Amino acid sequence: MTEQKSIWVSIEQADGRIADVSLELTGKARDLADQLGYEVVGLLCGHDVEELAAEVIRHGADRVLLADHPELAHYRTLPYARVAIAEARRRRPEIFLVGGTPNGRDFAPRVASALRCGLTADCTDLQIGDYYLRREDRTYTNLLYQIRPAFGGNLVATIVNPNTRPQMATVREGVMRMPAADASRTGVVERVTPAFEPGDFALEVLSRQVRYSTVRLKDAAVIVSGGAGISDPAEFELLRDLANLLGGEVGGSRAAVDAGMIGRESQVGQTGTTVRPRLYIAAGISGAIQHRAGMDQSSKIIAINTDPNAPMFQIAHYRIVGDAAEVLPLIIKALRERSTDRADAPGAAVGEDEGAAG
Amino acid sequence: MIDPRPLDIVVLAKQVPDTHNVTGDVMTKDGTMNRNALSAIFNPEDLNALEMAVQIRERHGGTVTVITMGPPNAANILRESLWRGAGRVILLTDRRFAGADTLATSFALQKAIEKIGRYDLVMAGRQAIDGDTAQVGPQTAEKLGIPQITYAESVLGIADGRITVERALDSGSEIVRCQMPCLLTVVGSANTPRPPSVRRQMALKLAATPGEYAALQKRWPEFETVEALDAYLGAHDLRIPVWTADDIGATAETIGLAGSPTQVHKINFVVLESGESRTVAPTPEAIAAMVAELIHEYIVG
Ligand SMILES: Cc1cc2nc3c(=O)[nH]c(=O)nc-3n(C[C@H](O)[C@H](O)[C@H](O)COP(=O)(O)OP(=O)(O)OC[C@H]3O[C@@H](n4cnc5c(N)ncnc54)[C@H](O)[C@@H]3O)c2cc1C
Repeated sequence: MTEQKSIWVSIEQADGRIADVSLELTGKARDLADQLGYEVVGLLCGHDVEELAAEVIRHGADRVLLADHPELAHYRTLPYARVAIAEARRRRPEIFLVGGTPNGRDFAPRVASALRCGLTADCTDLQIGDYYLRREDRTYTNLLYQIRPAFGGNLVATIVNPNTRPQMATVREGVMRMPAADASRTGVVERVTPAFEPGDFALEVLSRQVRYSTVRLKDAAVIVSGGAGISDPAEFELLRDLANLLGGEVGGSRAAVDAGMIGRESQVGQTGTTVRPRLYIAAGISGAIQHRAGMDQSSKIIAINTDPNAPMFQIAHYRIVGDAAEVLPLIIKALRERSTDRADAPGAAVGEDEGAAG
Repeated sequence: MIDPRPLDIVVLAKQVPDTHNVTGDVMTKDGTMNRNALSAIFNPEDLNALEMAVQIRERHGGTVTVITMGPPNAANILRESLWRGAGRVILLTDRRFAGADTLATSFALQKAIEKIGRYDLVMAGRQAIDGDTAQVGPQTAEKLGIPQITYAESVLGIADGRITVERALDSGSEIVRCQMPCLLTVVGSANTPRPPSVRRQMALKLAATPGEYAALQKRWPEFETVEALDAYLGAHDLRIPVWTADDIGATAETIGLAGSPTQVHKINFVVLESGESRTVAPTPEAIAAMVAELIHEYIVG
């Protein structure tokens, strides 16, 4: 048994591939562990997944706990939670990070409940710091600051778990940067043997259909997003036209998703995708903190809003006060005209232009 | 094949601030939220859970009981539950529940569900719009010691003490079969919740918690005293029961702030960076100039 304090990362894998968010969190865990002198441990459950352990180590782990078992071939709550709970009770990690994926959001609360520890969902930053608890007149040192937008306003809350371990948090994909793989890193792969109980198999998966998302928001160089200010589907089509013209993707605020304008997988923000495109166009989006948390690292931001006081204008590089239904066609037109100006303009763009101009 | 056995279902519901309407006046000048300016609503996905529960009862028979933990005025969503088909509702309210994080909330819900006793299914919305954590369902399932099926999209069948459910995940879908009792969290795309029934609304409009009797009696002067009103409500099965921490046997250290491992260290006001920025008029010329600049800087093109 190790005396060494540790930060754990749940390593999610499917079809022989580790989820990006797990490696991003391994990189973040490495940064935090270096500040504290802790060890980074990846908890890898699956079947025939041993070769993935090396990748976890290359991205920053010192140790991989490998639970390799046929019953773990695909994610299921109870068998996966059984392994995590048993190992966490034995080894007592200080911190346990889980990707905010559908599986991660199913797994983390089950584990936190069993360990009677705190869990903060959808953190947008993680840091180490101290906490003075007045009631006890005591300062807790080296706690995990779990930082996430607070409901409403421009508020960010820092959450801590002074008295319970591990300190658990989920983080969405794209929030932390993917660390560069370092082939020279070394680490230990330690096999653990699951001790399942019959009740762990109360649920059986009869069929599974994987849908590969065609939306690649995270890596898009240009994103055109719409919000509640885009009131009808025809207007939303303007966003698509513009995105196509720019070779980008269409995104949306939660209000646009809730209104059925666009699919949930296209939501940008704290509880959607975090993006860092070269250009982000926000049309009819007020700029609530939960939305900004997912896009404020964009290199250039164009905001279109009828309300000159919309918070989005405060982080935008280009502020256009106006009706999106009028402004979007102007941008589309200007882009089409520019491309016809240029000798290397593709013929298709010229052709399309005739309709819009006429 | 339809399981002939009737099913007892407990639905967990939450009253939440209407975050869709967080704009303008809801925010005070110093950036804090003016909670009074927000209307309180039935958490949307909890309505989907209730609808799914009522549909199961329509097929299989049995009971649908809605529990909410919240302030006294959360009784509003319980009345709404009755109008939308719930047979029984319970309000968990106690000052000592205040400040609960998801772990402490799940403790209180566990205790309340255990007090109800028999159940085949516990159902809740996938998540509440005021926090989007999606944690309370799984945490409650763990405390009850029952399996969980999150992201439930539809119930495909119930037979031989097992339920077959389709789950809707961002990454695809899954069909799972699980022994009951188990807990389901239901997604918004699962169904379209039926509107409150006018007939039930008429029949059940007086349903109230004891804390509401005084105000209710003022509105209905035909009840000369609160006691008369109470007697009427009792005779017509319109009393909404209120359970406190003591009623469910929850010890002080497991509930409310004391039972919450997460604590708010600080709340920061975000100062927005107004870096290099420029106002562009919504005219063809100004927009064309902006586009030219973006192309020139290789941002687009
Ligand atoms: C726990 C939690 C998590 C959340 N996570 C996310 C998240 O991940 N992503 C997210 O986006 N939100 C999230 N939200 C919601 C967020 O707080 C806001 O409610 C949401 O971003 C608002 O979307 P919106 O800007 O489209 O709508 P609104 O705030 O309603 O803004 C609409 C804007 O459109 C403008 N407008 C109206 N008409 C026009 C027009 N014709 N032309 C141009 N402009 C016009 C209006 O002036 C207004 O500024 C979350 C909230 C909570 C509580």
